Amino acid sequence: MKIFEKMAHIDRRYIYILIAIVVIVPLLIKPKLPIIPTKPVKDIFDYVENLPQGSNILISIDYDAASMPEQQPFLEALLRQCFRNKLKPVMIVQWQLGAPLGTQGLEKIAKECNAIYGIDYINLGYRPGYVAQMVGIGREIRDYFSVDYKNVSVDSFPIMKNIHNYNDFALLLGLEAGATYLAWVEYAGGRFKQKIALSLNAVSAPDAYYFYQSKQIIGLVGGMKGSAEYEVLENKPDLAVAGMASQSYSHIVIILFIIFGNIAFFIEKNRKRKEGGK
Amino acid sequence: MLKGKNIPLAITFIVGIIMIVSFFIPHRPFGDIEQISLRWYSIIAGFTMVLGVDSLLGLHFRKIKRKEENWIHSIFLIAGFVMVFIAGVWGTIQYGSAFDERSFFTYIYNYFIVPLQATMFSLLAFFVASASYRAFRARNRDAALLLITAVIVMLGRVPIGEVISPYLPKFTDWIMEVPQMAAKRGIGLGIALGSLGVAIRIILGIERSYLS
Amino acid sequence: MATTIGIWIAAGLTLFIYSFLYKDNPFYKFAEHLYVGITAGYWLIYTWAYTIQPMLLEPIFKNKEFILIIPAFFGIIMLTRWFPSISWLSRWSIAFTVGIGAGLGVTGSIQGFILPQLRSTILPITGFNFATFNNLLIIFGVITTLIYFYFSKEHKGVFGQGAKIGMTFIMIAFGASFGYTVMARISLLIGRIYFLMFDWIGMLFGK
Repeated sequence: MKIFEKMAHIDRRYIYILIAIVVIVPLLIKPKLPIIPTKPVKDIFDYVENLPQGSNILISIDYDAASMPEQQPFLEALLRQCFRNKLKPVMIVQWQLGAPLGTQGLEKIAKECNAIYGIDYINLGYRPGYVAQMVGIGREIRDYFSVDYKNVSVDSFPIMKNIHNYNDFALLLGLEAGATYLAWVEYAGGRFKQKIALSLNAVSAPDAYYFYQSKQIIGLVGGMKGSAEYEVLENKPDLAVAGMASQSYSHIVIILFIIFGNIAFFIEKNRKRKEGGK
Repeated sequence: MLKGKNIPLAITFIVGIIMIVSFFIPHRPFGDIEQISLRWYSIIAGFTMVLGVDSLLGLHFRKIKRKEENWIHSIFLIAGFVMVFIAGVWGTIQYGSAFDERSFFTYIYNYFIVPLQATMFSLLAFFVASASYRAFRARNRDAALLLITAVIVMLGRVPIGEVISPYLPKFTDWIMEVPQMAAKRGIGLGIALGSLGVAIRIILGIERSYLS
Repeated sequence: MATTIGIWIAAGLTLFIYSFLYKDNPFYKFAEHLYVGITAGYWLIYTWAYTIQPMLLEPIFKNKEFILIIPAFFGIIMLTRWFPSISWLSRWSIAFTVGIGAGLGVTGSIQGFILPQLRSTILPITGFNFATFNNLLIIFGVITTLIYFYFSKEHKGVFGQGAKIGMTFIMIAFGASFGYTVMARISLLIGRIYFLMFDWIGMLFGK
């Protein structure tokens, strides 16, 4: 029993080393673990898969480098699916620090799929205003995005010819790291009845399940696991799938930490109670 | 009179009422006024960033001037700011946009901002692990319920959960879609009702803390 | 070559931040302050490139939309906060933005959140099956959670019991959130370790 008490006061740096090892080793060994897509993720995939060719998809980049491992894999898998199905992604940005990530993901996959800028996709960049912008786009997108991310007039691109507001988008996909998704659902979804799907980082994902149940969103991708599921559905496993083994074993180690920590706590509590009784 | 709070309160009231009225009457002139106001809001919101940056730089310049503790690090902060600012201006002059893939500004984003920001937040993984071991205790029934749910979700939401038992992911799905969702909806409704109350108080001028 | 140097810089800064795990040190402080300074510069360039230039200067000077001088004025007087004698002017800009936010919030929260969420809580309770059980649990969970957060009435008697049950649902929700939070943080760590192993060390071994 004394060993548990000693372990309860172990230097935290040993814990850090153990976590690092548990993440590194599976990335090297690459064990195969089953990744089974869940319904909220499949709903998004199936919806996008069944959209008619030529449909416009509004993708909002609302994350930054801190959520990159969770969102970037989903963005790339989604864009592959869009280009494969001849859908037209239109990218906007609500988080400035995420704009280059969105641009890099878009350009990488567009090049892979031989998509042409201005015809098959467009990047409108960032504008401030947040909620005001979301409501304003409901009337006319050019009131906020009269130029693209390189300051070229949007009217010079064929893709924007018939795009004016939410009526011209088959789906809005928000890639979210904070609470921006609440505004999308309330304003774009509530006021303008825009169909919305969300990819949330794992911290926010539990809070969006009520939107899924109320059908205010058509589907929900949560964290790196959700991105891994989407990669599996798109048949192109990448970073998210590669990270799932490390994710799995890290969770087991943390659960063992919780169990051992509580065992040590109860042993010490018992000992103190007995000493107090004497 | 100009310096008082009456004009700002009147502005808040008028603008707030316009937003509400144009929701119900989206046609002219309210719809047009709303769209114009929203566009103006976006422009004004952009200027708030300048305020934030100035406060930050002012604080660190003062630190350097008074040679306060860790003032050397403030020099690095200012140097980082100047480097990015010059890179942004140079990229705009050279390529027409600082965000061109070839610009030094984009280079700084890829090799400075991304690793710094991503690593800062990844530190939390270690702290969560340490806290799990040293701090998370099932001291009572509620805490035990929290920890048990956390363990089930942590296992059910990773592929190894499927290996342990095919029912684990299904049970996790049920937890997320039923009891967890119900509680979060209750919390969300409480927050929404509270925000609604505050918004109405702001429009009516009862809540004035934003003007101080 | 530039990419190689960049990867070395990125790896170095990553390790500087991780050195904090051993203990607070000048390398970590350097990286932390550099991050804040660089981000501030980034925001400023963004403000120019994506607000002032496309939404203000170009519409005014190219499209002759001179009415935009009004929001430009409001934006500039926002900056009078720096000057105590005229800082009262900044209240006008703040009042404008707060008024818009509040006005949109009133209708948005009712139409976009409260009504749909209440509507989705009114669930069918027909038949003796698992769906009915789930629906009952959802209705019960929402009501008891709201009871728990209602502090204007003392939590005694039936109301108190409802609050206790609400607490149970809340603990389940927080447990689920904790599980997801652990998942999120580990994902970020995986991303950085992946970069260090395959982009940095991989580059050293010519992969």
